[in-house]
Amino acid sequence: MPTDTDHYETSVRERRAEAVAEFADHKPSPLQRVQHALHVTPALVPLIVLLASIVVFGALLGSRFFSPFALTLILQQVQIVGIVAAAQSLVILTAGIDLSVGAIMVLSSVVMGQFTFRYGIPGPVAVACGLAVGTACGFLNGWLVARMKLPPFIVTLGTWQIFLATNYLYSANETIRAQDIEATAPILQFFGAKFSIGGAVFTVGVVFMITLILGLGWVLRHTAWGRHVYALGDDAEAAQLSGVDVKRTLISVYMLSGLICAFAGWALIGRIGSVSPTSGYDANIESITAVVIGGISLFGGRGSIMGSLFGALIVGVFSLGLRLLGADAQWTYFFIGVLIIAAVAVDQWIRKVSA
Amino acid sequence: MSIGQKREPILTGRNLVKRYGKVVALDHCDFDLYPGEILAVIGDNGAGKSTLIKALSGAVIPDAGEVRLEGKPVHFTSPNDARHAGIETVYQTLAMSPALSITDNMFMGREMRKPGFRGKWLRQLDRPAMEKFARDKLNDLGLMTIQNINQAVETLSGGQRQGVAVARAAAFGSRVIILDEPTAALGVKESRRVLELILDVRSRGIPIILISHNMPHVFELADRVHVHRLGKRLCVIDPKNHSMSDAVAYMTGAKVPETEFETA
Ligand SMILES: Nc1ncnc2c1ncn2[C@@H]1O[C@H](COP(=O)(O)OP(=O)(O)OP(=O)(O)O)[C@@H](O)[C@H]1O
Ligand SMILES: [Mg+2]
Repeated sequence: MPTDTDHYETSVRERRAEAVAEFADHKPSPLQRVQHALHVTPALVPLIVLLASIVVFGALLGSRFFSPFALTLILQQVQIVGIVAAAQSLVILTAGIDLSVGAIMVLSSVVMGQFTFRYGIPGPVAVACGLAVGTACGFLNGWLVARMKLPPFIVTLGTWQIFLATNYLYSANETIRAQDIEATAPILQFFGAKFSIGGAVFTVGVVFMITLILGLGWVLRHTAWGRHVYALGDDAEAAQLSGVDVKRTLISVYMLSGLICAFAGWALIGRIGSVSPTSGYDANIESITAVVIGGISLFGGRGSIMGSLFGALIVGVFSLGLRLLGADAQWTYFFIGVLIIAAVAVDQWIRKVSA
Repeated sequence: MSIGQKREPILTGRNLVKRYGKVVALDHCDFDLYPGEILAVIGDNGAGKSTLIKALSGAVIPDAGEVRLEGKPVHFTSPNDARHAGIETVYQTLAMSPALSITDNMFMGREMRKPGFRGKWLRQLDRPAMEKFARDKLNDLGLMTIQNINQAVETLSGGQRQGVAVARAAAFGSRVIILDEPTAALGVKESRRVLELILDVRSRGIPIILISHNMPHVFELADRVHVHRLGKRLCVIDPKNHSMSDAVAYMTGAKVPETEFETA
């Protein structure tokens, strides 16, 4: 029986293994430790940036900014983007991208409105129909990506136009006024309902956004489906070989994304009061911005959905803070641009050191 | 002793064909695995060994040909189908998700859920149970140089990764275990552990397909050696009656066997 030690090949291996072991013995430098912490908790960076920006604007503006009212105003202002960013996060975790989120949102809200006012369908049923339409739009995206194997960017670039055009054609570019909704189907404005605790003002939409993100965060971490979403975003082929039904999981992700966008459409009615086919046109770019600043990797499989909420809030803090400072609105875009690039650079750094 | 014909094979392939464009990776290839044996598959780089085992494990759907498990034709359309049938595979690429933990990877696609309401309705994973299982399996392999069962697979060394993949297959395989170069990245000690594990699996009565370029390992473990050349089975030899240089000569085409099943 030949023994391993006779072989040159294996002795080379042995030496290599020793070298690796020695390397592992080095104490990690502080920088490596930071990198490791970020690797394990990817939402840490956006959380720190969020808290720091609140502190800075609080210091500059005092109680005008640092009040329950102003801080909860930020929540209200980001609720739509926050909800859509939750949908976008799911898709981006699978290494995809969804450019049609805003179009699905508007189309769903238009369906809710038109079904109620054009066909006289009861409000709750119309809402359910809107949610179903959003889910169906998501299914179309998912089917094209998973079954037809088309790149998500191209698929959703196409469906973005298709859904938006459908929205205009179907609604005949007609806005449904807030007073009419209030009188006939107040349930459409349900997400706009306000309640206050002390000086803090919350809406149902804000509560929904926070609950949604906490819920999705839990599902992604503690269910098999959630693990599969990460696995297929990380390496779809490996996931397939190790027993994940990649196609089904992908389609389910796009469907859920569509459903969440439809909820965002419902929340949109609550936020602006009316149903308008021209609203929310830039939700896709805003949601991608929130997700990227939130530290979710565009290459898929890395990041946490909490980060997207922080990302959306960072944008909200900068917008309100700079406005209260009297700065030109362009400064908001300027800083958001800087943050996006910084976030992607941090993502690359985390990957490099961990490899 | 004549090899082969005396018992019914557990897993067979007949006339398997797989083309990638102009490349014929499998060219009317036959394959037989008998109960309780260790079958080594050897062949040059690009001979089609990995493609063969992928066709047997559902990862590749052959263009033509038939796969039978215990005599019954099977048509695996995904690796999951084969896994449900009890065929567990360590792929050459290992098929692991780098960003996920060791535990997550070991249970990918067959996660354990908590008992009661939380498992049934919330579909919550039973992490403590999964972690314990994973730790035990890695301990069996003597791979506990790994400190943290929840560390991401990408933070493991190549050898540790391979160890985790082998542990996963050994833990779940019930009918057939396929190992595509399971010791390629392993050190001497770790290779030894894997070889012991292979013998251990066989002593549980589970047959093993072992692809390897390491001739000493092949000749030490295998009951039969399937020599693969240019997309098909060239011959099957008994390692007790052939030298390593014979095997290498067949593999590289320097020598041509007289019959497909050589006898003593
Ligand atoms: N997915 C693929 N697409 C195209 N060609 C492929 C693919 N997989 C394998 N091939 C080709 O099929 C042939 C057989 O490849 P295979 O991986 O089965 O070889 P192998 O015997 O496992 O080699 P090695 O010892 O290097 O692992 C090669 O010529 C390879 O280029
Ligand atoms: Mg191979």
